[in-house]
Amino acid sequence: MPIDQTLVGREFPPTEPYAVTAVKLREFAEATGAPYDERIAPPTFPIIVAFHAMNGFLADVQVDLFRIVHGEQRFAYERAVQAGDVLTASLTVDTLRQIGGNDIIGTSSRITDADGALVCTTKATLIHRGEDA
Amino acid sequence: MSEFADREFRVTRADLVRYAGASGDFNPIHWSERVATSVGLPGVIAHGMFTMALAARAVEEWAGGPGRVVEFGCKFTKPVVVPDDDEGVVVRVAGRVTGEADGLISLALEVTCGDDKVLGAPKAVIRA
Repeated sequence: MPIDQTLVGREFPPTEPYAVTAVKLREFAEATGAPYDERIAPPTFPIIVAFHAMNGFLADVQVDLFRIVHGEQRFAYERAVQAGDVLTASLTVDTLRQIGGNDIIGTSSRITDADGALVCTTKATLIHRGEDA
Repeated sequence: MSEFADREFRVTRADLVRYAGASGDFNPIHWSERVATSVGLPGVIAHGMFTMALAARAVEEWAGGPGRVVEFGCKFTKPVVVPDDDEGVVVRVAGRVTGEADGLISLALEVTCGDDKVLGAPKAVIRA
């Protein structure tokens, strides 16, 4: 079933605050082979918080994660994420198109710190593979 | 800046499991052949974000330290299919400097697996 067009422009509630720890930075660095820095996160680390926001969105629109394929991802950083940050992400649905039985969902998420200051903006295109696709 | 240092990374199923845990992305298309093929994929595929993280690693290692990336983006054009064996597949990250101005360096990357460009137009901007 195609996703409802009225979702375009809708902003979802912010995710639960996520505390960035040195242990998590090490785990993420080790999983990607990146050189470990105990203070500064690798560039794609904010996807953890963005993913929380995406899961909230998918649950809301009742779409199964296994039907989602990632089409595009962009990050624009105000600053690097650091150990000690407490981050939340707010996702907005920017665009929605149906192509060949698939929904092409354009989203953007603002990732902010405990003071509400913008840390990074990230845009994701999600491809929802329809059951007949 | 010096010429971009091209890199090669071997990716196995174990790497996908480790990345799933670290990132929180437990989408079964990245660890279950059964689910991956049921949605029309050729097999278990790497997280696009894992491939992107490898590209970021190549960029940061070349840049000489963390925290310098100000923009980073790509499309996910072809899946990286990871077989259930000990060899896995090799992801290659190449790049070139396309511009340098106002203390910022623009990089165009090419990320391939075999003959396939797996990321579409991957670009990074870093602080010099």
